[in-house]
Amino acid sequence: MNGESMENRKETLAAIRVAFPDGGGVVELPGGDVQSFRVDRAVLLEFARHLKTDPKLDFKLLADVCGVDYPGREARFEVVYHLASLEHGRRLRLKVPVREDDAVVPSVYGVWKAADWFEREAYDLFGIRFEGHPNLKRILCHAAFRGHALRKDYDPGQRWLLREGEQDEPAWARESQEDEDHFETQVLNFGPSHPATHGTLRTVVRLDGEVITRAEVEIGYLHRCFEKMAEGHTWNQVIPYTDRLNYCSAMMNGVGYALAVEKMLGVEAPPRAQVIRLILSELSRIMDHIIDVGANLNDLGAMTPFLYMYQAREEMYSVLEACCGSRLTMSYVRIGGLSHDLPEDFVESVRFLLKRIPKLVDEMETLITQNRIFRDRTEGIGKISADDAVDWGWTGPCLRATGVAYDVRKAYPYLGYETYDFKVPIAHAGDTYARYLVRVEEMRQSLSIVEQALARLEPGPIITDNHNVALPPKEEVYTEMESLIWHFKLIMEGMKVPAGDAYGFTEAANGELGYYIVSDGGGKPYRIKVRPPCFAIFQAFPHILEGHMVSDTVAFMSSLNVIAGELDR
Amino acid sequence: MGNPDVKASLPRFGDGGRGGSGSRQLDGSPAILTTRLDAMIDAARKNSLWPFPFGTACCAIEFMSFMMAHYDVSRFGAEVVRFSPRQSDLLIVAGTITDKMAPVMVRIYEQMTEPKYVISMGVCACTGGFYRAYHVVQGIDEFIPVDVYVPGCPPTPEALLQGVVKLQEMIAKGETRYQRALAAKKASGA
Repeated sequence: MNGESMENRKETLAAIRVAFPDGGGVVELPGGDVQSFRVDRAVLLEFARHLKTDPKLDFKLLADVCGVDYPGREARFEVVYHLASLEHGRRLRLKVPVREDDAVVPSVYGVWKAADWFEREAYDLFGIRFEGHPNLKRILCHAAFRGHALRKDYDPGQRWLLREGEQDEPAWARESQEDEDHFETQVLNFGPSHPATHGTLRTVVRLDGEVITRAEVEIGYLHRCFEKMAEGHTWNQVIPYTDRLNYCSAMMNGVGYALAVEKMLGVEAPPRAQVIRLILSELSRIMDHIIDVGANLNDLGAMTPFLYMYQAREEMYSVLEACCGSRLTMSYVRIGGLSHDLPEDFVESVRFLLKRIPKLVDEMETLITQNRIFRDRTEGIGKISADDAVDWGWTGPCLRATGVAYDVRKAYPYLGYETYDFKVPIAHAGDTYARYLVRVEEMRQSLSIVEQALARLEPGPIITDNHNVALPPKEEVYTEMESLIWHFKLIMEGMKVPAGDAYGFTEAANGELGYYIVSDGGGKPYRIKVRPPCFAIFQAFPHILEGHMVSDTVAFMSSLNVIAGELDR
Repeated sequence: MGNPDVKASLPRFGDGGRGGSGSRQLDGSPAILTTRLDAMIDAARKNSLWPFPFGTACCAIEFMSFMMAHYDVSRFGAEVVRFSPRQSDLLIVAGTITDKMAPVMVRIYEQMTEPKYVISMGVCACTGGFYRAYHVVQGIDEFIPVDVYVPGCPPTPEALLQGVVKLQEMIAKGETRYQRALAAKKASGA
């Protein structure tokens, strides 16, 4: 999965060495799943600019920024950047070590806007300061929080109470902006519980009349400490937590996580498990798009399509429930395969869905796609250009609605996506209506993938027989000494993932879902950083919002499909 | 069926011009229900709950299922969802509440007018669930009183329906927090 050739690495290195020769603060690290460099913070900004602007390198997408804490090291923290070049299809990882007593790194916000919230998050959770960041304050934890939660010496159970009145307010919201030309300004607080929106997002806007002149978003209302929890559980125990990231399509989170860990372990799930993972992932993608499109329409006042489309979701739930016993948060994936085999009538029930869902989608399209009111309210709303979208770190349907055909399933195929015949729908307008169109077409493409995959569903094992990773069958545990030992070791200590780090990424419903995983060779993850697609998407939201009307906020926000579980983790 | 008295004994609508009005009971006496005023009010309240969905996480998605055509909570008279605390009397906390969210939840609870009821949906709202962590409230009853706890991660829509039915039973029996507080107040003569 996500492999890269040596020639590519050599070319990238050559293009870097032109400007940064050996000894210039940029050191290539050997091996790794992605080409990696250790960068001195003194040259970081210059290096970042070179990576972005040199046409031979062209790393325009900053996928992720995160911190890692190594208390034993002289330079305690490491800031890790993940870059991608969509043009050349290459990936890069930068590591910038910093000492605890001088934990300052120059902000790369000036180079990639995507760094905005990612840097704030690293500041919040590790206390690493990013010099030159325009708004460096806590983002996930609340304003009364003390300490930095993801440091290894922070007790996971240590809570801090937030009282009413201590909540964070943007500084500009307190200033009065009224003058002769603007005499009807006011500050409006939109959320986190507002009749016109859903989810736990708070937008503070300044209005001039009805036009938004400034906006700021506050998130973190659902920060339930996924990354800290993951550090205290064994590799397989993390899977239920991943389900609750993007809970509208739980399966895909688990698949992404399992693939990332499998990459580190060097094991692969058996073919049958891969096909099942793919089928359920694509069904989950449809489920996710149903929620997004339905909620978007619902917010605009069109309730009916949501009711129609929800029926399809309900029928998919039945299939998922038959597979693993749970409707929503499935926990069906295991590292190395799946927990159970499919029920006997699986193929039959999926074939039924394949007939049923297109009808429901058609019904919805008849009502909506050419609907005058819908088009009037969504065309030109929340518009973003392709360059800006990449600069903000957008991926997934929202990016494809601006005309960039980047899809991890095509660019870095996994689960055998390269062998399936499907198209990556794009639109060019980059507005709310375009995002709707892309999502609807993606549902149809996913159906076609599921249909092809059903034909490849052969009988076979559903989990790897490598007993360093997967439990041996129960009959053998009871009858063979060796299996009993494997079982005991796996349960008591957990599987051992080789020390090192890896970045595994898949195309989730919202875009590139990445897991940056660091292992110290023990039975538990040392650090898991999730790269949530909607985190990068939503950070652009307040900036695009300026100039829109209040009522457009609602249309725009729900078209981004911001899922709080994934956003705040 | 052969008994000729059966037809005569069936309750009849109207009284066939014999004076008086309304239907009659089997023995022919007028069908009048006598009850206490507060019992009648409770019956009205229990059958027309207006929920405020305070949905924060995964449970909110199952809450949608609970509302939609397949499970259809309107069978129990609680389908009028209001997103304004002033217009609702049942707070359904669906999902994890973090320390950041807790003051917002308390504010919304306080803005609701009495009588008000609270259903805690899902283990996160009940106890913090498997998030024993630095930013998660370990059960919303740290902050607001709860009438019915619905466990599950997330609970199925059936479980939530059962929670609503349970609450209705409690209202009928006078067991909710509001009713108990009221009874205590009356008993103390205040």
